[in-house]
Amino acid sequence: MSFDSVESFFHMGGHALYVWMVFGASLAGLVGNLINLNRTHRAAVEAAAREPLVSEEEPS
Amino acid sequence: MNLTELWHRMGSPRWFYQMSGPWGTGFATLAVVLLVVGTMWGLAFAPADYQQGNSFRIIYIHVPTAILAQSVYMMLGVAGFIFLVWRMKLADMLLQVMVPFGMGVTALALFSGAVWGRPTWGAWWVWGDPRILSMLLLLFLYFGLYALRAAIPRAEAAARACALLALVGLINIPIIKYSVEWWQTLHQGVTFTLTEKPKMPIQMWAPLLVNVIGIYCLFAANVIIRLRGEVLRRESGTAWVQEVVATHDQARRGHSGDSGAMA
Repeated sequence: MSFDSVESFFHMGGHALYVWMVFGASLAGLVGNLINLNRTHRAAVEAAAREPLVSEEEPS
Repeated sequence: MNLTELWHRMGSPRWFYQMSGPWGTGFATLAVVLLVVGTMWGLAFAPADYQQGNSFRIIYIHVPTAILAQSVYMMLGVAGFIFLVWRMKLADMLLQVMVPFGMGVTALALFSGAVWGRPTWGAWWVWGDPRILSMLLLLFLYFGLYALRAAIPRAEAAARACALLALVGLINIPIIKYSVEWWQTLHQGVTFTLTEKPKMPIQMWAPLLVNVIGIYCLFAANVIIRLRGEVLRRESGTAWVQEVVATHDQARRGHSGDSGAMA
């Protein structure tokens, strides 16, 4: 452990603003990405369900 | 099966869809585990830098996103080349689904770099810095690829234009890489190479390595899951996709407690 207390961890030696801004934005990006990925397959299946069957032929 | 057959099978969207099922979730899970471990390790356990203090911890976001920003673009170039030469539909779909992820990591690399620059160089942004400018150009290339596809209504023409832009934009990659050697720059030199021992102590670079591998896994999950979605969208009129839809509906009806029921 590089910090002796929880306060000093959050304080980041005076660089709290910079460090937490970057890690906060990254966490938001990661969570947003995972939520989006979780919806991707279902959304594609639902979109495909609305499309009519074009032909019985397999595309090559 | 000979090599030519394998090549053709790899280009089949249906084949890709059928073999890729569990891989997306697998990579996503692995990515979350690695990124949580690497980030906690880097934030709380790695020693502070003797010059930069704790602001150096931004490296655990900045370097992985910056590496991916360039890696993803190189893969776009390769996908574009494959599409232009062999007209492989899957390569075009790949090119399409990689763009938003590349855009995201490039934006995050620039943002983390700007924030890191404030305590380190005394400035959020330095217009004259070649590394910053070439990364900004990379972000614009991603925007361009996204906008170009949206702007051209005919799918085939859009695919060709995007493949061409992806290829031409590759010229920017060596410029980013060597910008810290060719010109006067504030940006420090390379952090990681495959061939040399890192200049940092292991307590500092080990969490960085974990995060780099983690973000590659996240990228793999993004590619697989989005490519599967794109395959279903583009082949939605075919019998095999309708079969997938039917199986999906049955599975849904099987779960009586499923909250995601269709309205």
